Amino acid sequence: MLAPIKWIEEYTDINVGVQEFCDRMIMSGSNLETVDYYNKDIEKVVIGKILSVEKHPQADKLVVCKLDVGQAEPVQICTGAENIRPGVSEGKFVPVALDGAKVPGPLHGKPKVEGGEYIHAGELRGMASNGMMCNCSELGFPDKIVPYRDKDGIWILDGEYTPGTDILEALDLNDPAIDFEITPNRPDCLSMIGMAREAAATFGTELRYPETECKNVAPEKSEDYIQVEIKRPDLCKRYCCRVIKDIKVEQSPWWLQKYLMFAGMRPINNIVDITNFVMLEYGQPIHAFDIRTVAGGKIIVDAAKEGDKFVTLDGNERTLQEGMLTIRDTEKALALAGVMGGLNSEIEADTTTVLIESANFLGDSVRKTSKKLGMRTEASSRFEKGIDPNLAKAACDRVCYLIELVGGGTVLTGDVDVYPVVEEAKTLDVRVSRINKVLGINLPGQQMVDYFKGLEMEAELNGDIITVTPPTIRQDLNIEEDYVEEVARMYGYDMLPVTLPRSSNESKISDSLAMRNTAKAALIGMGVNEFLTYSFVSPKALDKVHVAADSPRRQMVKLINPLGEDTSVMRTMILPNMMEVLSTNFSRKAEAVSGFELGNTFYNTGKGEDGVPEERFALCVACYGKDETFFTLKGKIQELMTILGVKNLEFTADKEDPSFHPGRCAKMYSGETYIGTMGQVHPSVAEGYNIETAVYAAEIDFNACMEIAETEIRYTPLPKYPAMVRDFSMVVKEEVAVGELEKTIRANAGDLLEDVKLFDVYRGAPVLPGHKSCAFSLTYRSKERTLKESEVNEINQKVLVALKDEYNAVLREI
Amino acid sequence: MKEKLKQMMLDAETKMLALGSLQEAEEMRVKLLGKKGELTEILRSMKDLAPEERKILGQAANEARNTIETALNEKMEFFRSKQKEMELAKETIDVTEPGVPSELGHKHLLNSVIDEITEIFRSMGFSVAEGPEVETVFNNFDALNADENHPARDMTDTFYITEDVLLRTQTSPVQVRTLKSSKPPIKVISPGRVFRCDTPDATHSPMFHQIEGLVVDEDITMADLKGVLDSVAKQMFGPETRTKFRPHHFPFTEPSAEMDVSCFKCGGKGCNVCKGSGWIEILGCGMVHPAVLKVGGVDTEKYTGFAFGLGAERIAMLKYGVDDIRLMYENDIRFVKQFR
Repeated sequence: MLAPIKWIEEYTDINVGVQEFCDRMIMSGSNLETVDYYNKDIEKVVIGKILSVEKHPQADKLVVCKLDVGQAEPVQICTGAENIRPGVSEGKFVPVALDGAKVPGPLHGKPKVEGGEYIHAGELRGMASNGMMCNCSELGFPDKIVPYRDKDGIWILDGEYTPGTDILEALDLNDPAIDFEITPNRPDCLSMIGMAREAAATFGTELRYPETECKNVAPEKSEDYIQVEIKRPDLCKRYCCRVIKDIKVEQSPWWLQKYLMFAGMRPINNIVDITNFVMLEYGQPIHAFDIRTVAGGKIIVDAAKEGDKFVTLDGNERTLQEGMLTIRDTEKALALAGVMGGLNSEIEADTTTVLIESANFLGDSVRKTSKKLGMRTEASSRFEKGIDPNLAKAACDRVCYLIELVGGGTVLTGDVDVYPVVEEAKTLDVRVSRINKVLGINLPGQQMVDYFKGLEMEAELNGDIITVTPPTIRQDLNIEEDYVEEVARMYGYDMLPVTLPRSSNESKISDSLAMRNTAKAALIGMGVNEFLTYSFVSPKALDKVHVAADSPRRQMVKLINPLGEDTSVMRTMILPNMMEVLSTNFSRKAEAVSGFELGNTFYNTGKGEDGVPEERFALCVACYGKDETFFTLKGKIQELMTILGVKNLEFTADKEDPSFHPGRCAKMYSGETYIGTMGQVHPSVAEGYNIETAVYAAEIDFNACMEIAETEIRYTPLPKYPAMVRDFSMVVKEEVAVGELEKTIRANAGDLLEDVKLFDVYRGAPVLPGHKSCAFSLTYRSKERTLKESEVNEINQKVLVALKDEYNAVLREI
Repeated sequence: MKEKLKQMMLDAETKMLALGSLQEAEEMRVKLLGKKGELTEILRSMKDLAPEERKILGQAANEARNTIETALNEKMEFFRSKQKEMELAKETIDVTEPGVPSELGHKHLLNSVIDEITEIFRSMGFSVAEGPEVETVFNNFDALNADENHPARDMTDTFYITEDVLLRTQTSPVQVRTLKSSKPPIKVISPGRVFRCDTPDATHSPMFHQIEGLVVDEDITMADLKGVLDSVAKQMFGPETRTKFRPHHFPFTEPSAEMDVSCFKCGGKGCNVCKGSGWIEILGCGMVHPAVLKVGGVDTEKYTGFAFGLGAERIAMLKYGVDDIRLMYENDIRFVKQFR
């Protein structure tokens, strides 16, 4: 919220510099975003009084003006601005950038230049023009706060000025506006008085409330003009209004315009400006009706009927729904309560009598209406956050006072105030000892009482108990802890001691996290890089990696409100994400990439608790590059599983998985448990990602790994007796898998076999085509004795026979 | 005979000086000391001498043998080491040629930051707790004292799966789960992925990472909160780091605060990283709201606690000067390999 510092000063004294003010306000709980100044990059811009306006002899659209700028001779300036006209503009005051002046800009529809721009004397179609009359945005004001009347022309200044006075002084532009960040629990701070209240508490100064009593009220009474009935007291807590006659709609005085502009609002006319001013001052939205349009002299606060039509101030026809709160007369709706007024009761140039409404509508009701109609206004957002109903009368009176002050009308006697249930302040007992205990300090109760009183609360100390009653504007103070915070911020968070809690906790992590950490470290140690990708993906991701239509991976969890299709379902596997990453890198000419991601996948299986989907950790390792093969990846997976304690890992050829190359894909099992699938990604899948090289990948069900991993390690005594090694080569048909040969070897070699290694596969002469020669090395050893040559030979022979029987394997001389 | 021995010694001395190789030394040894060598000849011819004379001469001959042998051994050792030197010289390599690559993989920047922070908290006795990324509305909002109209609940802010299930917007639901499943003393951090409806740009991502923490025990004070987080900041950014706690508001803590750290780039003087203020906002924290503790059935008179949360991406971006959050999810290998 933008708060001009001078405006806050209307209600409390600020005896420190801007920097210190900001610093201390931050530390007492009013954080701020920026401090905005409107005097930057303005030099040699002065008040000019237009003495004459004449048509430019050479150009129809230009005029030539003579202005008094406080110098001996008037200066001549040409302009094309439409609001400077002969016979109209003489005697007006305008900002004049003299020759050599600097203005912030932007100038002439061009983009704003950092540091401002200089204005020089020149000629316009043959006539000397020794400077520039400025419009408001040329002086650096954002378009949205430029006064409505002058938004398309030269800035005509309201009031009397001495020509030649520096514009910054004449318009009082040197003080800043502070942009406070108001947290949602403190709607009371969304007002100048609210911020002044915080400032007064922070600096120990006095809070002054503004004048609200009109000096010259008319003898007629408001109630003679208007009656009010609240038909829905559940949606409207209070309706206060007052009537003002003899309305003169004019431009507001400059001080009022300036406060509004500095607070980020556009000045429009005195009546609208004052309703906005009071809204910013008190935080209470105000609405003004032209009383001519209120039929039957009666305001009725009632809910709309389904399908009612209503044209709002912005000219749009709205279709209302049952329950939306409206302000009506005896015939029709006049306003959407707390959201926006109606076009039918708008203040017009010929309005003479107005009704000032200062009401309190229920936040929930306003929120629903504004949401359903898609209309969020300054008023609606304030009602949504909650407003103290006790503000309504003061705010209403303040509007009347100000309209009288600026000569905008004559206020009638009294008001009409319907307030069925008066909001009472909530009293609470809080404990000094508890506040001290939570904060870790030892503050006397009296000190706390002083803090509370500084915040306009009533507080009384009785032993350990403080009985405290906050003003009704403080809707955030409900429980003891809320007062702990009040004491803490007044005492100063920076004053609290710094201690460490006594620690009786051991640091633990879950087995799952420990195992994931192990896996990540192992993969990184093997040269695989860690990637992180989104948990949500496109539903097309599975199609892109050719996942079958009936695959369990299709049980995807869908988002109701995704940002877009690309992030609309939760992933069931990581391969598509990895393919995207590889694709990005390939397109950027990375020669070789090896990476993994270990993260969550989500299944719509109904197995999760409380309607939450089943989450499983998945690991995807993927790579491409000239040194990568099926077997480099397999080697890494095998090593990883060894490190994790996943035993008896077996690879079986899988020709059916559509994501992978039919001849280069294996399913991985440990016993009966499916661990995952690895292989060369199907070339047509890779092609879909524009990767023109072989990609190898493994998609692993990490939860399955965690479930079967044997993490306990037991020591095996080192062998005492020597091993005996037998090497042989067998020629078999190409289609015989070496894994099968190994199984047969193990099955027949018995307990004395310690290890089997395939150390060579040879194809080519003299081995017949369609055959391969597989060289195995078998290590035999007994734990109890030295083996005899003869018994090893016997076992080895049995192995060879079995191989011959099962695979027609022929022994080949080495 | 004596003269003969003397003459042999003199000759040997001269020849010794002229020796040029290991082979020549070996030949000389054979010639003098071998079975048919000169000294052996002399000793053999001693058998005709008288016993006294034989004794004297024998002694002289043995001395001569020792002298020659020692001298020859020295020579030979010299030649051997010379030869070794030459052999090694031939094996000289150009040590400036590139090494054979033996690359480790690189940990992702975000996990590196998360792990670093996790380690700091673990060293202070915090356990690590995790929870699901898809959560119940109850755990994510209701249990954390979020008003039923809190704007964060809107479909424009939070991703929903059903009316009651959402993508968690914070890792705080893990705190709720921890409070429900365990009894004080509690001291946990929960790192993890969170989701909010933000369209990706340089500083926003619909998915990011948070690290939140919770401490619940008897006599936990706001001073303890300051102490723990100040210590963490010093461990993270260096011992000279200063911290500043500012009042703030969160529904699940009361009192609430935001913590700034003195800028680790300029030390507090003001620079582009801290936007001239000398301070950088790092985390939100506060004393756990009793409504939250009550969800876990904690006796709020007996126990108090504090909680905090920070964004891993923000820390990573600030610490390493990464200017676009999207780089973290794009995984360009040239980016990934810059961190470890």
